[in-house]
Amino acid sequence: MSIVSIRGLKKSFGEHEVLKGIDLDIEPGQLICFIGRSGCGKSTLLRTLNGLEVLDEGEIEIAGHSLSRKSKTDPLDDKFEKKAQALRKHCGMVFQDFRLFPHMSLLENVVLAQTVGQKIPRDEAIAKSEALLGKVGLQAHKDKMPLQLSGGQSQRGAIARALALSPAVMLYDEPTSALDPELVDEVLSVMKALDQEGMTQLAVTHEMRFARDASDYVVYMEEGSIVEIGAPDVLFSSPKDDRTRQFLRKFL
Amino acid sequence: MKAASREFWKIFLTASGTPLVVLAAAAVGATFSFTSCPDARAAEPIRWAADTESGAPLVFQDPKEPTKIIGFEREVIEGVARHLGRSATLVHNSWDGLIPGLSRGNYDVIINGLEITEERKREISFTDPYFVTFEQLAVRRDESTIGSLANCRGKKVGTLKFSLAQTMLEKFGGIEIVTYEAEPTAYEDLKNGRTDAVLLDAPLAIYNAKPNPALKLVGAPIGSVLYGIGLKKSDTELLAQMNGALAEMVKSGELRRIYDRYNLWNPLMAERFGDSREAALEPPTMYEYYLNSTNRERTITERLKLYVTFLPILAKGALTTLNISLVAMVLAVGLGLILALMRLYGPKPVAILSLIYIELIRGTPLLIQLFFIFYALPHVGIRLSPFVAAVLGLGLNYAAYEAENYRAGILGVAKAQSEAGLALGLSNRQTVRYIVIPQALRIVIPPITNDFISLLKDSSLVSVITMVELTKLYGQLASTYYDFLGIGLLVAMFYLLLGLPFVRLARYVENRLTPTEAKEQRIGLSKRLLGRALTSSLK
Repeated sequence: MSIVSIRGLKKSFGEHEVLKGIDLDIEPGQLICFIGRSGCGKSTLLRTLNGLEVLDEGEIEIAGHSLSRKSKTDPLDDKFEKKAQALRKHCGMVFQDFRLFPHMSLLENVVLAQTVGQKIPRDEAIAKSEALLGKVGLQAHKDKMPLQLSGGQSQRGAIARALALSPAVMLYDEPTSALDPELVDEVLSVMKALDQEGMTQLAVTHEMRFARDASDYVVYMEEGSIVEIGAPDVLFSSPKDDRTRQFLRKFL
Repeated sequence: MKAASREFWKIFLTASGTPLVVLAAAAVGATFSFTSCPDARAAEPIRWAADTESGAPLVFQDPKEPTKIIGFEREVIEGVARHLGRSATLVHNSWDGLIPGLSRGNYDVIINGLEITEERKREISFTDPYFVTFEQLAVRRDESTIGSLANCRGKKVGTLKFSLAQTMLEKFGGIEIVTYEAEPTAYEDLKNGRTDAVLLDAPLAIYNAKPNPALKLVGAPIGSVLYGIGLKKSDTELLAQMNGALAEMVKSGELRRIYDRYNLWNPLMAERFGDSREAALEPPTMYEYYLNSTNRERTITERLKLYVTFLPILAKGALTTLNISLVAMVLAVGLGLILALMRLYGPKPVAILSLIYIELIRGTPLLIQLFFIFYALPHVGIRLSPFVAAVLGLGLNYAAYEAENYRAGILGVAKAQSEAGLALGLSNRQTVRYIVIPQALRIVIPPITNDFISLLKDSSLVSVITMVELTKLYGQLASTYYDFLGIGLLVAMFYLLLGLPFVRLARYVENRLTPTEAKEQRIGLSKRLLGRALTSSLK
């Protein structure tokens, strides 16, 4: 039984077709890394999954919530927006540039979606937030403002904020690209720990080492299509497709 | 997008809260406060209008007691009212606005050196003249070439805007005319050499130029000028009553006594009123009182003492200024936010409406808008009190600018932040409410503070709609005491003191909202960039 299911997903920006019909099923508890050149559509795929980009065509289903359109000319109505919002409540999203809310403390960042979005009582939300911040090693920094945190701390905070939704799936859009090299590991180790707990995670990444060491499956994309999917030890050592091999040669 | 538009209305309804309701209520209240029952009118005071800045001897501030308004016209109208068994209350209005204010029903009569002319008779009706005078030429003391209007050809002659003297100069031809709002500035410019002569009604010359050691009156009386009390054309009953009262005052010598005390009796009046007795000046006359108390040769200590007596008056004016500015700013900030939300998140027609409003308001002068609100709206049945009109004029105007501030602020909160909110499963509305607006507010605090300070200063414009605030008081005091410099500095100081606390407050709020380390980073970066620019420019 897959927790994420994508069928015939298409998306274009103007004339440029960014996703040319993606089909993909993901089992619960897996850590999937999406790799590929810049502009291959991997980030757009991730953003389309939770409706930040509106799909043109196809169907997405995540933890029982679906988004679908028959064609680009399908009108977008209230219903679509509602469905997208419902789906987002079950997807934690982590951005390359953290995007903590600079006008509130770290703790409030984590609390907000619970009290405002999910109507959880404030004291309950605070207790949960503190636990989550403890989990990502930021208990001591909970009262700081985002601008007082390092990049690694910010990104771990952003992960805690996303986890506050108790999401079925975590989506990461190049979570370590904006970090100094020595801070990358602290974020990756949080992701590894979540993997241990059985969280389903989809990560767009340029960290080949992380993809090889930590992921269950690696998805290689090129020009809006999935070229190859494989377990990391297989895909990295003996890729089936020439295009994958060429891409990996530059990294390994 | 339909979804977006529904969210918009929710935001709109949440954001548009009390300020509009309060203003609407105030506006309605103001509308009704002016309508009164005609039967009760006889017992009501006669509301007479004058520009209190117009100076001696017509209507002016008592130099010894600046809160008191005196002048021969006050005595004339009070005499008339007494004869009619009524009292008289002064409504201040600027000279330009006197006739529009009358047609608007702000007051019953105008008595303010209003010359009876054919042109004016088309708009309003006049009583029989209560005062007859002539035009008087004044020049600098060392001037020897000008002795009559004929010598003024090719020269610059100052006079008051819309006055009979102006018409006379235009008809005479060949003279470069310079017009002024008030006579003290006309004579001041003559003294300073900006004009070669000033032609004005004799009373003004007698009170302003004659006592001035730098000026002298020259030439024979020019023409004949009749002052009449101006009324609405429809007010025929009051017109007849007033003519009756004036005739009685002439007969009893009451009118003559007023002019004697003010040193204004002249042969023209003797002829018109059929009173050829010698002037009977009983000291102390008002003229002497005026000369003594406005003695221009004041020592520094005398001046400072005088300024101290101005402080309570100016403080009161400052309070009015502050009051208008604060209420207007609250309106501007509230309406501005609504306009910005309309423009950014509203469905297309609403967004266009907001855009039209903003462009219309920003593209027309505030002064015109104030005139429009105060003098034009009554034609469609909307009458606002001066205060409400002032607040609405300033508030509606600044709302357009605040809307643009907000829009910049909201757009400045990058799309990235909105996405982060949406990604947490928040609705559009929640995202705007909890993430975009709080950050936008912080961005707009500095520009809004700047705007508030310019609003404080722009509030000086509301003197044109009969509000007496700081700037109006400056005009009144400076023209009474012929001290534009000292009183000007004093008033400037008041404006400065009004603005300063808000600058400090804004800085404090801004500092509180920005964490120290971020600030240091920012300073560090700008220093680095500046340093680099400096070193590279030196190379």
